[in-house]
Amino acid sequence: MIINHPILGPRDSQEFTYLGDASLIDRPDWQAEDAADQFHDYLYLRDNPAGEHRELWFHEQGDRSWLVVTRNTVTHEILTVELARDVARARGRSK
Amino acid sequence: MRYSGLKVIKEALTGHKGWRPTWRDPEPKNSYDVVIIGGGGHGLATAYYLAKNHGLTNVAVIEKGWIGGGNVGRNTTIIRSNYLLDGNEPFYELSLKLWEGLEQDFNYNAMVSQRGILNLVHTDAQRDAARRRGNAMILNGSDAELLDVEGVRAMYPFLNFSNARFPIKGGLLHRRGGTVRHDAVAWGYARGADLRGVDIIQNCEVTGFRIENGKCLGVETSKGFIGANKVASCVAGSSSRVMEKAGMRLPIESHVLQAFVSEGLKPVLDGVVTFGAGHFYVSQSDKGGLVFGGDLDMYNSYAQRGNLPVVEDVMEGGMALMPMLGRVRMLRSWGGIMDMSMDGSPFIDKTHIDGLYFNGGWCYGGFKATPASGWCYAHLLATDTPHKVAAAYRLDRFRRGCMIDEKGQGAQPNLH
Repeated sequence: MIINHPILGPRDSQEFTYLGDASLIDRPDWQAEDAADQFHDYLYLRDNPAGEHRELWFHEQGDRSWLVVTRNTVTHEILTVELARDVARARGRSK
Repeated sequence: MRYSGLKVIKEALTGHKGWRPTWRDPEPKNSYDVVIIGGGGHGLATAYYLAKNHGLTNVAVIEKGWIGGGNVGRNTTIIRSNYLLDGNEPFYELSLKLWEGLEQDFNYNAMVSQRGILNLVHTDAQRDAARRRGNAMILNGSDAELLDVEGVRAMYPFLNFSNARFPIKGGLLHRRGGTVRHDAVAWGYARGADLRGVDIIQNCEVTGFRIENGKCLGVETSKGFIGANKVASCVAGSSSRVMEKAGMRLPIESHVLQAFVSEGLKPVLDGVVTFGAGHFYVSQSDKGGLVFGGDLDMYNSYAQRGNLPVVEDVMEGGMALMPMLGRVRMLRSWGGIMDMSMDGSPFIDKTHIDGLYFNGGWCYGGFKATPASGWCYAHLLATDTPHKVAAAYRLDRFRRGCMIDEKGQGAQPNLH
């Protein structure tokens, strides 16, 4: 698979390590009333779709950036690639 | 279909025209006591033991493709009982004991071959871990033997003992482990279940569940609605896709694991050797092909094929362990889809929906678990209480902090 890095251009997926579902960006609020439930779901439950999947890849043997890759889990086709930093900021993280 | 020596001779002399299908091909009835979703090894074993152990024969197994076309036909056929943790080892030991009596039990040749499994060790720390695991296995009624390097050399002199990164220092030998003809397992269980009255319905895909007031009343399928007192999902690899139709999210990711077969060779390797440090394991089939595999492709996938980097990684592992492999040609490769669970261990449990049961999360250890999985799932379905050796395989174990994490990797499914 070739991952089209937003800064570096097309890179072999072998340069990356895979973490998992991009929902891991959305860490729950630890002070919420139901924080224990929210963290259980956050840490252990997955949508695991057959089809489009947004997921976190780390460019370990490159510029060490985290990417959000949208990929089809049935065909392995890569649809879009974004910097995880941009995704997280758009969701109001790390203000 | 029943077989006898006389029948084989008669058919040989009359052109093999008298053989009939091994199981019936029935249309679904309106309802059953139990509907099992998934006609793989585990689903068929569950149906067989429901009928045989519990006398429940008003049972259907529904399968979207053909039986045995999924992971029971896509694995590397290894059976073993060499786990460490209390939540796991008694279960896998039951499974191995069932394998040992399986062919006599369902009267079908599954070619169970206890040729031994050797896990190689390369460091003092690995030897300590192997000794600990071996002791845990023995405490649970399994067998284990710690070999020094000369012991390994006597068995497999052709291995590369002086690899600079991973020199072989010994191994943990599990003599009762081995291999089985995997397709015959599906066929044997299917025949045994069918003879007892179970309906095996192929080309019948589940499209939804009918759930009213928190109770599952049956399944919607491509052949219409089928009612059931109990619906039992048993579709490892596709668990998330099926259970999503019941509104459930699971502690599972689906990943692809590749396997390979070489051209046929003369007998060279009479057991199974695993080289965990190099992500490689190998055995030789009765046809002569070397059957081997390695690590997951590491990313979520429902494609039953992987990518080339892992092919290369597995071949490198093979070359590091058995340099003589260099001139062997690879014949086939394929991928299977694994339910990778969050702690590397499976589930056999009721769900929060009345009448809906779940079996899955087998990671890449599903094949060896087939008999015990069927045995324990049938026990749960028939009695509504978990079998004692599967009592830890609960869906809520993460919430309770009772993970069964053999490798200690935490909630990172591709590392289990």
